[in-house]
This record gives sequence, C-alpha cells and structure tokens, in this order.
Amino acid sequence: MATQKDLDHITKDDALDMLRRMIRIRRFEEKLSVLFKRGKLPGFVHLYTGEEAIAVGACSALRDDDRITSTHRGHGHLIAKGALVNRMMAELFGRVDGYCRGKGGSMHIVSFELGIIGTNGIVGGGIPIGTGSAWADSHLGRDNVTIVFFGDGASNQGVFFESMNIASVWKLPVIFVCENNGYTEWTPTAELTAGNIVDRSAPMGIPGEAVDGNDVVAMRLAVERAVSRARAGDGPTLIEARSYRWNGHNEGEEAFAGAYRPDAEQAEWRERDPIVAFGERLVSAGWMTRDEWDAVDAEELSSVDAAVEFAEQSPFPDADEALLHLFADDSEGVR
Amino acid sequence: MNAQSTTTDRSIYFIEAMREGLRGMLTEDENVVVIGEDVGRSVIGATRGLVEDFGPMRVRNTPISEATFVGMCVGAAAVGLRPVVDLMVGSFFYVAMDQLADQAAKLRYMSGGQVSLPIVYFTASGPSGSAAAQHSENPHPMLMNVAGLKIVMPSTPYDAKGLMVSAVRDNNPVVYFQDFVLGGTRGVVPEELYSIPLGVGDIKRHGTDVTVVAIGAAVPKALRVAEVMEKDGVSVEVVDPRTLVPMDYDLILESVTRTGRLVVVDNARLTCSAASEIVATVTERGFDLLKSAPQRVAWADVPVPFSPPLEERVVISDSDIVSAIRAVLA
Repeated sequence: MATQKDLDHITKDDALDMLRRMIRIRRFEEKLSVLFKRGKLPGFVHLYTGEEAIAVGACSALRDDDRITSTHRGHGHLIAKGALVNRMMAELFGRVDGYCRGKGGSMHIVSFELGIIGTNGIVGGGIPIGTGSAWADSHLGRDNVTIVFFGDGASNQGVFFESMNIASVWKLPVIFVCENNGYTEWTPTAELTAGNIVDRSAPMGIPGEAVDGNDVVAMRLAVERAVSRARAGDGPTLIEARSYRWNGHNEGEEAFAGAYRPDAEQAEWRERDPIVAFGERLVSAGWMTRDEWDAVDAEELSSVDAAVEFAEQSPFPDADEALLHLFADDSEGVR
Repeated sequence: MNAQSTTTDRSIYFIEAMREGLRGMLTEDENVVVIGEDVGRSVIGATRGLVEDFGPMRVRNTPISEATFVGMCVGAAAVGLRPVVDLMVGSFFYVAMDQLADQAAKLRYMSGGQVSLPIVYFTASGPSGSAAAQHSENPHPMLMNVAGLKIVMPSTPYDAKGLMVSAVRDNNPVVYFQDFVLGGTRGVVPEELYSIPLGVGDIKRHGTDVTVVAIGAAVPKALRVAEVMEKDGVSVEVVDPRTLVPMDYDLILESVTRTGRLVVVDNARLTCSAASEIVATVTERGFDLLKSAPQRVAWADVPVPFSPPLEERVVISDSDIVSAIRAVLA
C-alpha cells in the first residue's frame, strides 16, 4: 500500500493532472451509462468506472511517444494516453469526427498519433500487437516502450504466455499490465484462474509485481520501475493491478446476466473509490483545496457534456466510406 | 504478361526464386526483417542462407508461437518495420487465425485508414504426397473471404520472384502461398530484381476453344493437359490469376469472351473454393458469353488423407481436368 510519502516521488503538477484525468474518465463513463440507457449509443459499451487509477497511473509514467494497446474496456486507457473526449464521443456515436471516422466504435478506438496502436474486442488480442511494437522499437534502436493493457480474463489466453516468453527471450521493452477486476465477464476470476496472475511471470524469467490498482501513485511508481528496466534494455515486466469493476461487464447486462456480484462486495469497493482516495491525499498534502477539486470536476463534467454536443452535431460518414480504408492503395474503395 | 526480359536463360528452382526476391528486398530496405520458425536453417528453403548475409536480427528464429508472431508483425508494421513471416506450413495459419483475420486484416479498416501494415505472411502449402491432413491444406479460399488480406499464389519460378518483390513492397498484409510441389520446379528467372504487380494475371498458354483458369500447382497440370488435348484438336487457353486478392477478373472475362467456355482448377476443397468464386463471378458478369455451364475442378470436401491411393482419390488429377474440359465442350 502506498503511503503519503509516495507523493514525494511525483510533482504537484503531475499529481493534479493525474487527478484530472481520473475524473475525466469517471465523468465520461458515467455519461455513457446514461446515454446507453437512453438508447443514444449504437452497439454496446464496457465501462472502466472504478479502475481509473490503473490507466492513469500507468500512462503517467510514459512519454508521449511511448505506446499502448488497449482492450474492450478501453476508454480509460485512451483518455489517460491523451485522447480527446469529443473525438472519442463522436466515435461512440458512429460519426465522421470520431477517431476512426465511425469505423471502430467503443471497442476499437485508436490514435496512432497518440501512440494508441490497437484497441481490441478480442480478449487478449492486443497482447501480441504490443509485443510487436516493442520488438520493432527495439530492433530499430529506439527507446520507446509499450504498455499492453489486458484483463484477468486475458491472462488465460495462450498469447499471453507466448508473448511473455518471446518478450523475455528477446528482451523486449514491453510492460504487461493485467487489470484484475475480479470478474471474467460474469464469472468470478478466482473460479477460472489458477494461482496468482502475477506469479505467471516467474517461470518466464520476468519480474512481476502486484499493485493496488486503486492507488494511482502506487501504479505510477510500479510502472516507472518497469519503464526504466524496459528503456535500459532489461526487458519486460508483468504488473498485476488489483481493482474492481463498478459497472457490469457491459452496460445493459441486467437484461440477461442476473445478479452475480454480492451487494456487500460492490459497496466495499465503492468505499475504496480511487478518485476520492487520491483527491483527499492531495488536499491533505496541501496541493489542492476542496474548492479546486470541485472546480476540476465541474470543468470535466462540462467538457463531457460538450463532447456529447460535438458528437451529436458531427455528421455520419457517407455510406460509401464503408468501402474505403481496407487497403492502403484503395483510394477509390473496394468493389 | 510473360515479359521475360532475361539477360540470360538461367534456370533456377522455384524456391530459389522466392529466396532471390527476399534477398533483394532485405538488401533494398533495411526495415525488412524475416522471422519464423527455423528461418535460419529453413528446411523448406525460401530463407536458407539469408542469415549468413543479413544476420540473426534480420533473419530471426521465433518460438513455435504462431498466433503471437503473426500478431507481433501487426504492431511492428504499425511502427515502421516491414516484417516478412515464414509460416512454414499452410495449416499453421489456423493456429494464428485471430491475429491474421481479426488483427492484421482489420486494424487499418477499423482505424478509418490511420495506418498501413506492410507485412508478408508466406508459407508452403497444399498436398505434397502423404503429408496427411494437417500438412496438406491450402487455406487460400477462407482467407479470400476475410477482407483485408491480399493473396498471392504463383505457379512459376519467374512469377515467384516477381510477386515476392511486390508482396514485400506492398503496404498491406499479403499472404503468399508457395505450393509445396512447385518448390522443386525449375524455370528461367532473371538475375536482376523485377516485380510483377499484384492483381495482374497471366495467360500461360493461348487457345481458342476453352478457358482453363488454374491456380498455383494446378497451372502445370492444366498446361500438361492442354498439350495432350491439342493432339485431339482441342485448343485450351490457360489463365493463371497469380493473385487471388485482388483477382484479375478483366483478364479472365476477356479470355472467356474469346472461348465462351470456362473450367476453373483450384488446388483446394471444392466448397467455397477460389474456383467457386471465379465461376460465380464470371457467370454473373459474363453469362451471355458462356456457351456451356462452367465446371469446377477441386478436391473432394474431405481432409487430405495420408495413404497414397486415398490422397490420389481426393486431390485434383489430370483426368479430372480432361473430364471437365470435355464437359464444357459437349
């Protein structure tokens, strides 16, 4: 468990920016929950509420030119890596101003400019991709690193073991960040997963670290250690960030999933709100007043409202765009 | 387009032609890397000797983790490498299917065209004589259906080299099939580097009575049959698409315009084969050109069995092609 003293390792500006991004994720996700219930969103969404400290702590340890791969529960990673909520919202609405011009949607938002090189609807699908960008960076003599985000469910996919193996023998600058939110879709992860996920690094000869995923500073420091090793050419790290998903696997699941999480368990984790915990530390450190905190919250809330307006005003892409972007040289579209 | 502007009549093996293409690309662009299982030794041969010239980082052995190294190429290509992967055996694509079909083929499209993914996945494939069901597959038909993969299947050493050059220079994922049985065939190949554009087919033999579209290892069979039938007064035109995605339908339709009859020979299972797709497209676009119902020649819809007489029963034979030609002429 991180202590107040950990704040000594980050600057005040960094800390305030981290809190702001956590709040931005929370307000964005809460808005999506409402929009989904109102039938405003095509498709379906998986919300990151409760896990904000993982993405923000991890991405705050990166340079802008470092890379991440994200997951079906990816909005938090994208915001943490610098994605704009208005373009994300437009993508979620299927509009032309979305990051992918409406071709990706919630599960596939990417921005190569921002180093977001893959966001996957296939559980574990991004693990080889991030391992590959780390390979290319290493091969080309660059010092960029890649964080591969994935969930506890993906830790049972073969590509997780395969990728750790090759990253270890090739000493690739990749950081495997497993977000253990306790549930593999609708089943408790403990029923499906042998041992501790973090221990799976040991037989691969990779350092592993279990971190309180609700403690943004602890996440930041753990990932900083992993980034240092990766940039120094010392290879990959596995971090298991333990947290909890406040919302269901996907919004609307109550229509079919039934109750599968004890109320007491949900209440206990909501008591451990990572944003409240971090905000209070910043207040008690004298880095922020409660009024300033409220002001940040209000700003982020209004930027999310503005994002909805932006998305609603953005046009749908021309239907014939469906035939574009398959191949690099198909400027006229496929047949 | 047999534009064989050769300076010599040098004849080399198909597998050597592939290797020359790879060597040329490794020399031309330092971002080209070749990876795969045992690419250093290269039991099948396309990468043999390259590690001596380009070193173990550019010709790099991978663990037997097809899904992962197929997917790693997506991330690597997205940030500047031009990976070339030796999958070794066609069936091994199945091990990596998510990374090939859901990742490599879709990332550019799903991102709204933000990224180009220059990757080549090549493999030996097809029946080679009692290799049994898991080492005899030709998975090109199902990959044609994926959308987002270009697919190359050369039939001659000349095409093998020129198409390898184009595949590596292409800014998209390209799957390159080397039919196992063609690896040891010989043909005239210029020493200099040249390219054959993707999507351009080639008339391998001119004829007037029937168009036989043949793919990969079916091409030499069709040519052999054509020679025999010539003696019976039947003039067979053999069209080799060379690339299955994109497919040169203009060339196929142009040939059918002249002959009015179509047989398609595909070294793959019949159902949803490339032959099925070609016949369907020609029928849709050129129904009025056809003087008779087109015929497909492909494998029975079973896995390729081990025992020689069983395998022979399943895969395409010269007599199957003869029967199909007789049928469209009847």
